[in-house]
Amino acid sequence: MPLSAAPDLTDTPLLQLSGIVKQYPGTLANDHVDLTIAPGEIHALLGENGAGKSTLVKIIYGVVKPNAGDIFWRGEKIEIASPNAARALGIGMVFQHFSLFEGLTVAENLALGMNEQRTRKQLRDEIAAIGARYGLQLDPSHNLADLSLGERQRIEIVRCLMQSPKLLIMDEPTSVLTPQEVDKLFETLRKLAAQGCSVLYISHKLNEIRALCEKATVMRHGRVVAHCDPRQETTTRLAEMMIGEMLTAPRPRLGLSPTALPCLEIDRLTIASDRKFGVDLKGVSFAVAKGQILGIAGVAGNGQTELMDALSGEVPSGKPSAVMIEGIEAGHMAPAERRALGACFVPEERNGHAAVPGMTLSDNALLSGYVRKALSKLGFINRPKTTNFAAEVIKRFDVRTTGPMSEARSLSGGNLQKFVVGREVLQDPKLLVVSQPTWGVDAGAAAAIHDALVQLAEADTAIVVISQDLDEIFSLCDSIAVIAGGVLSPVTRIADTTISDVGLLMGAAGGATETDASYRRNDAA
Amino acid sequence: MLTIIVTGLLFLMFGKPLLQSLDVFLIQPLTNDNGLAELGVKAAPLILIGVGIALASRANIWNIGAEGQYIVGAICGGGLALAMPNTPALVLYPMMLVAGVLGGMAYGGIVALLRVQFNANEILTSLMLNYVAQLLLIYLVSGPWRDPKGFGFPQTAIFSPNAAAPVLVEGTRLHLGVVFALVVAVIGWLVLSHTILGFQLRVQGSAPRAARFAGFSDKKLVWLAMLVSGGLAGLAGLFEVSGPIGQLTTTISPGYGYTAIIVAFLGRLHPLGVVLAGLLLALSYLGGESAQIELALPSAVTGIFQGVLLFFLLACDALILYRIRGADVGRFAGLKARFVSPKVAPL
Repeated sequence: MPLSAAPDLTDTPLLQLSGIVKQYPGTLANDHVDLTIAPGEIHALLGENGAGKSTLVKIIYGVVKPNAGDIFWRGEKIEIASPNAARALGIGMVFQHFSLFEGLTVAENLALGMNEQRTRKQLRDEIAAIGARYGLQLDPSHNLADLSLGERQRIEIVRCLMQSPKLLIMDEPTSVLTPQEVDKLFETLRKLAAQGCSVLYISHKLNEIRALCEKATVMRHGRVVAHCDPRQETTTRLAEMMIGEMLTAPRPRLGLSPTALPCLEIDRLTIASDRKFGVDLKGVSFAVAKGQILGIAGVAGNGQTELMDALSGEVPSGKPSAVMIEGIEAGHMAPAERRALGACFVPEERNGHAAVPGMTLSDNALLSGYVRKALSKLGFINRPKTTNFAAEVIKRFDVRTTGPMSEARSLSGGNLQKFVVGREVLQDPKLLVVSQPTWGVDAGAAAAIHDALVQLAEADTAIVVISQDLDEIFSLCDSIAVIAGGVLSPVTRIADTTISDVGLLMGAAGGATETDASYRRNDAA
Repeated sequence: MLTIIVTGLLFLMFGKPLLQSLDVFLIQPLTNDNGLAELGVKAAPLILIGVGIALASRANIWNIGAEGQYIVGAICGGGLALAMPNTPALVLYPMMLVAGVLGGMAYGGIVALLRVQFNANEILTSLMLNYVAQLLLIYLVSGPWRDPKGFGFPQTAIFSPNAAAPVLVEGTRLHLGVVFALVVAVIGWLVLSHTILGFQLRVQGSAPRAARFAGFSDKKLVWLAMLVSGGLAGLAGLFEVSGPIGQLTTTISPGYGYTAIIVAFLGRLHPLGVVLAGLLLALSYLGGESAQIELALPSAVTGIFQGVLLFFLLACDALILYRIRGADVGRFAGLKARFVSPKVAPL
């Protein structure tokens, strides 16, 4: 690949880090890290959560200043004082946590990240041009608040591409794309690389890294433990380098007994979304038996949020019989009543939905556990019991934290997700609905979460996994349905379908939503 | 601290000696028994209202209408006192307490109803209802309820002794309301930190979606917050007219309902902090009075002191929670701030 880049630069690396040290109170986030990225190279940065990847990337992007070490940009020693300086050098970054403003439109959000002024017209043209070139559809006039995670990520990617960067840093970019879209993105990235733009690609999806990247740097506990060519390694081998121990293969699933009784039955569930660009659920029907894991695949923003809200009871369903839990009509019930029936839920967004960032883990254990774990008596909180429950979740799910009294926001994403999933799993649910169980979570934590779900299913719990990660659904679930534009496809057994079949169903849906949205906009106008 | 400095400078601007002024304003009111009793009398309504506002604010429900709820509580309880002056105190006074609380609750309930049914912003509705209450009071005391023997002054008859708030210490005006205020503060603290209800308020305030996920009904919480804070404001109003004032007049509140907002925030929305904050702001009322008498300063000094205090409180919070970046980063300051500042909402 370097051969196709500008010839005078082939010898000098685009970016070279040497001996980077970053000390945070209590932890050494980066311990003498070396990293070299050649022009036009797609370089993977691998590591578990807390391995120091984020810190390293923040140093490159000028958000964090290193305590020691040198940064060379095209052979010259430089200091990157701010993200602004990084952008001026030609470094663009797509963060895992988006830096977008809720109250602004797509175009306004894009305008905020740029170094030069542009008129609205120019901006629209540019967004359209980039969208067409890289297959990233965006309507500049949409309000951010109405967009799904997947659509928001597109904004971030387009924002970077608009600055024609020389180095593009991507933190977990594919978690919300369909397989076809992923292929398209990879095409985009390869195109970029061929034009001499390097890509630093951070992901936990080892298959993607093997498909896309030609070099990889593996980090563990703040140190670089290996450089390798991911195309030459197996996925297992890469994961082991990352985690530093041998991985056990996923436990084999016991076959589903054909006589299993249904635990959750959804009958023609139709709900108009109360959000401006939300997706209405149209006649969604499915059933999940005890011990069955049903995967619901789909591109972000096709009704998953609405379905999750309807299942958890945050939005009541039109008629009570639309949602049956354990044979009891529950469509009209509030979340607490559904929990009393044995249902537990893990919503997609950790911060501010599944957990309160500013509260302690103990308080967060109380948040959804107060019904099933009987953590209160006569309206008073049973503190010792609550704290014990939180401590049990922390212990059983290996949540890395200082204890039940630490605030939820002090945990890394993967750790908080383990806590949130653990909190629901340990309530012995009869039905568990999980949305994006491993979004932004490292391989080790994802394996732990998958393991817990499988164990739960073996204990006869019915599980619904709403996920955009097809690998996850195919490795975890017994059956699968695809949600597209608020319509759910018939449920098929995993064994009877293929990733590309499912991908086609998901992709067809994408077009449908697009038309739907524009249709609604015309109505409003 | 900053407040004291600025207030001191203000005294200097008026040509008064600095230390003496501060002494008169902040220390002298506390130097005798009667002063301490007066401090309790002034602090009681502030604490009662402040605890209610603190509980509601924890759930991001902004009750600016405590002044109106206070007045309506006073009208309801006071009306009862005027209607049956000869009922024995043991029967009449508890009835007045209940009437005061119910009056405040009903008035706060209007705000809750508007918010839940029509999604009307509670800040606006509660604030506007204050003026309605004030005008209602003026109408009553200058019209139907005016004291026939009052030489035409807009005030009701003096309440009968049966309707007077029991005095705790002979020779002072320290009344039952002070005890209620402390009890309410302790109960408020218990509710907030040890009950599911308080937990619901806190979750609702810091993460509304999480509250929905947990199954807490935001409508119920709006009702609850408005009824509780309204009821407490009504109770404060009732104590004030049946205690220190002893009748209904057009000026039964020196802005307690508004000052209590400062009290709630100065007390960090913590019921026990509210007690301390209530005492401090009560002191500003007393200090304002003595400044008028001894230094011939206008009574607006009290308002200025309170305003300056709230200003510095909010400003310091903003400075503690957010970092100020130099102007050289220009128009990207906002963008960069998102990478460096913790995501903490002010207060």
